[in-house]
Amino acid sequence: MRTPDNDHENDKDPSCPAESLSGDSSRRAFLKNLSIGAAAAGAALMTGCVPGADAAANGEMRLRWQEFFKKNYRLMTQEEKDATVDRLERLAALNDDLDLQIGSEPPLPKVLYGYAFNITRCEGFMECVTACIKENNLDRKTHTQYIRIFEMEPGQLDPSTGDGKFFHEVPVDNKFYMGTQCFHCENAPCTKACPTKATWKEPDGIVVVDYDWCIGCRYCQAACPYFGRRFNWGKPEIPRDEITTKQHYLGNRLRPVGKMEKCTFCIQRTRKGRLPACVEACPTGSRVFGNLLDPDSEIRYVLKHKKVFRMKEELGTEPKFWYFID
Amino acid sequence: MSTHPNKNLKTFIVDVFRWNLRGGIGFQLFRLLTLGCIGLGIYAYSFQARFGLSVTGMNDIVSWGFYISNFTFLVGVAAAAVMLILPAYVFHDPNFHRVVIIGEGVAVGALVMCLSFIVVDLGGPLQAWHLIPGIGLFNFPSSILAWDVLVLNGYLLLNGLVPAYILYSHYMGRKANEKLYRPFVFLSIFWAFSIHMVTAFLYQGLPARPFWNNPLMGPRFLASAFAAGPALIALILAVIHSFTSYKIDRSVFNKLRLIIVISAIINLLMLFSEIFKEFYFPTHHSSAAVYLFFGMDGHTSLVPWIWTSVCVNVLATLVLAFNPGKNNPKVLLPACVCLFVAIWMEKGIGLIVPGLIPSPLGEVVDYLPTWVELSVTLGILALGITVVSWLIRAALIIEERYEG
Repeated sequence: MRTPDNDHENDKDPSCPAESLSGDSSRRAFLKNLSIGAAAAGAALMTGCVPGADAAANGEMRLRWQEFFKKNYRLMTQEEKDATVDRLERLAALNDDLDLQIGSEPPLPKVLYGYAFNITRCEGFMECVTACIKENNLDRKTHTQYIRIFEMEPGQLDPSTGDGKFFHEVPVDNKFYMGTQCFHCENAPCTKACPTKATWKEPDGIVVVDYDWCIGCRYCQAACPYFGRRFNWGKPEIPRDEITTKQHYLGNRLRPVGKMEKCTFCIQRTRKGRLPACVEACPTGSRVFGNLLDPDSEIRYVLKHKKVFRMKEELGTEPKFWYFID
Repeated sequence: MSTHPNKNLKTFIVDVFRWNLRGGIGFQLFRLLTLGCIGLGIYAYSFQARFGLSVTGMNDIVSWGFYISNFTFLVGVAAAAVMLILPAYVFHDPNFHRVVIIGEGVAVGALVMCLSFIVVDLGGPLQAWHLIPGIGLFNFPSSILAWDVLVLNGYLLLNGLVPAYILYSHYMGRKANEKLYRPFVFLSIFWAFSIHMVTAFLYQGLPARPFWNNPLMGPRFLASAFAAGPALIALILAVIHSFTSYKIDRSVFNKLRLIIVISAIINLLMLFSEIFKEFYFPTHHSSAAVYLFFGMDGHTSLVPWIWTSVCVNVLATLVLAFNPGKNNPKVLLPACVCLFVAIWMEKGIGLIVPGLIPSPLGEVVDYLPTWVELSVTLGILALGITVVSWLIRAALIIEERYEG
């Protein structure tokens, strides 16, 4: 959030940080002119200066207008990415009085993420699910969860034979546990299905959704063989004090109603070199995450030395998610 | 050239409106009824606009429901206009030439309904401009949905413009230049097959859904469409024959019956082939079919639905095939109604919902449309009926004056 001092400066000199980054194309100039009023009005609202609610509403309208007509994230220059992120932060401050830090970090060079899940170790504690819900600002009203844990009978490897809704003390004797989430396929049916290119695979292997570009047709959801996608049927509800404010444009930012969302390997964390929330939260160390291109990484060790397999491997989707046994 | 110097495009449009606003008391009541249904649909949609799709019965497992079901069925109805165009323009059947314009009107109405169903099914309808090539970003040729947007709008354009040109020429009292529109008629014949095949490929191309991932899907779509569509057109022609002065030759109905019977029999053969494949040696690929025909884990909501559909379908096909009463419309028209309803039940809910159940991870849930979905659907159907009746009323008046 801008300090009052900065805001007064904005009133005099409208070149606020986002605008000063803008390039010199005519489109940018047009947007810049539009955003001057927006910046001024936003500033007035925050400092409590006189222009009043009308002007503030007007400024908010301009921000919304610019947001509505922005490009697909993949086509944006870094300046445009910064500008949209800035607008989103300002809108959150204006509408919900939220102090968000939204990032647009690009993929790290020479990184391809992979994930492995140890079915011998997992005991079904669900700490990963809880951590994921909190980290990714998932809707609490409909109990949306990206990760599902299935309690499996011995001799079975297909989660559809397991119990995905157990509410008893774990672990249970002679059962094993299998977690599923988005498998970030190399050959992803969901990205092929999307009619507007609102979902795609990033160079680091993460399959992402541009929530503002998604039209909510749900074709990708029908195309996913792993039930990896979730839809915002209504407006997501998250208790105010539980909102994770460090966000990424393609990651855990607050989703609008009617948009598709999914696990992003915690893009807001992993692109800063941290582990996904589920990996960090797992008490048994069943979850292994890392860079497939780094020969010394733990994930490469697992793939080399353990007995690994992939789910529905016959579909040829090449998931970057492996199961293994010790 | 023009025999009516005081007629032009403006008077054409004004006249079309004028003819459609006039009419007897029964006609006005019919207009009020459809208008009321459209109003109800708009009212119901306002809830969806406010609260999102959470006011529908859909969820993450059954992510497509009543809207997409109706969309899928109506694409078939739109494609079926080709069953009138083909005999009229390719085989030069003069009787069909007289009714082809009605078939095209039905196609336009069906396409308007299809596109409306797509729009109301979107979670972000305000972002629909992302689908417009040029200013949006089109995932072409990868996404079959992108193909579908193209073929549906193209077919709407073809089926709207060709009849509009012919009618306008007749309105002006001159013969339409066949050299000018003939290429578009032939294009629309190919296009009709493409809209239904592409819509089938939408489902057929998904490895995640074994129930849809079936090479018979496209051909079977066509067979069922060429049964249900002409059945509806036969009913509309019967209504026109009885309530207007535009008389339709008996031979048109007899030929339509043949088209319907052949398509319906092929449709049943393919249905039998599908059922055989699913149940002779059931694998886990058959689970959706098991859910549909016999229920699963105590979830049996679709079982009576699909069996009703199959029984009515078989019965109607038999009646149309054996033709008791020798072309008696009192026997054949109810059979057409039954066939139409049976195929609507099967190609709509009976196709879309079980494709999503059980989910890829094995969950079985039941889907029931809410009053919002039902009302919005009713509104869109009323809109389609309105479009069809407007087009046909204008067309018949122009044709009668031109011929008379």
